[in-house]
Amino acid sequence: MTLSHLKDILTAEVVCGHEKLSSVEVSTAFGADLMSDVLAFARSGCLLITGLTTPQTVRTAFALDTAGILVCRGKQPQPQAVDIARELGIPILRTEHIMFETCGILYREGMRGCVCEISAGDRPSVD
Amino acid sequence: MRLKEIQAELGLALQCAGAGLDAEVTGGYVGDLLSDVMANSAKGQVWVTRQVHQNIVAVATLKELVAIIIVQGALPDQDTVAKAEKEGLTILTTSMPAFEVVGRIHRLLSAS
Amino acid sequence: MSIEDEFGGSYTVRGRDFIDADLVSSQIKKLLKDRGIPEDVVRKVAVVTFEAEVNIISYAEIGTINFHVDDRAVTIEAMDKGQGIPNVDLALVEGYSTADDTIRDMGFGAGMGLPNIKKFSDEFEITSIVGKGTTLKSVIRIPPE
Repeated sequence: MTLSHLKDILTAEVVCGHEKLSSVEVSTAFGADLMSDVLAFARSGCLLITGLTTPQTVRTAFALDTAGILVCRGKQPQPQAVDIARELGIPILRTEHIMFETCGILYREGMRGCVCEISAGDRPSVD
Repeated sequence: MRLKEIQAELGLALQCAGAGLDAEVTGGYVGDLLSDVMANSAKGQVWVTRQVHQNIVAVATLKELVAIIIVQGALPDQDTVAKAEKEGLTILTTSMPAFEVVGRIHRLLSAS
Repeated sequence: MSIEDEFGGSYTVRGRDFIDADLVSSQIKKLLKDRGIPEDVVRKVAVVTFEAEVNIISYAEIGTINFHVDDRAVTIEAMDKGQGIPNVDLALVEGYSTADDTIRDMGFGAGMGLPNIKKFSDEFEITSIVGKGTTLKSVIRIPPE
């Protein structure tokens, strides 16, 4: 789905990256609050769903070429994080839904986790 | 819906049986920030997280959450299992990532 | 609930004792539940005492948590001896944190502790002296039956 469609189904607000709404497509997502997990397990091109709103979140998203960041729980990304996102060209959306609902709704719409199964001790290969 | 139905449908591994798998699950909460879970989760929910240290037992017990589901192949620390056993808290694990687990639980709960 | 039903307690919390980070808050919660304090009041008390306890463990050398219950409210006071907070207004901003990696690795330190305490309190006061310590007071009202 496009970010624009995602915005509609979650009644999300676009914080930055308006110009990418119709062009960026996402079919996979990774939900986490711990950026170390995101770095270890998320694959490029996925949507990052998180309750954290720091510059660290944005830099992690950039490092992994994520399609965009979806901030849930009604959190407001920190202004510094938004500035960095604009600079790096990463769209940020925010929704009032808690992460459970957010993931549930997106899953219902066909989105899937970007890492299918990991055994304990696995580390992903570099894409 | 009962916790054992969720366990069976998702193929979750049981680390610690706690008060039992017959418990009724009324919803779910996902997150790794303990303050957030403390503030916003509710009694009767299952908590999906990647945290493994024993403070998750503290939070789950204080909030009367039904069970903790640890994702992405992580396993609870020994201290965590010991504390969970003492508190009668159920811990389940899976190799699936949080998004998948939550998506499926959400679907199961919506259908029930 | 009559005045004879007033009760309370006092507990010591040790700094860096992360293993039992809910020891005091779970004891207080159990006491309140056993005395029939309404569930939503107990829930708020659980959040406030847990966050206060975690703050003492994370940032202080040692502290005390006192609680008192009467027919009007549950009052919680947390006092610690430790580094104190240089800028209390900043510390009350959601997301602001001075947590180290040990604290963050355990899932704390997202900067939500004090904002949560304030949010769940009906009355809230905090004072701090750098190099000495911090005192906070939270009052959670019990609705009349």
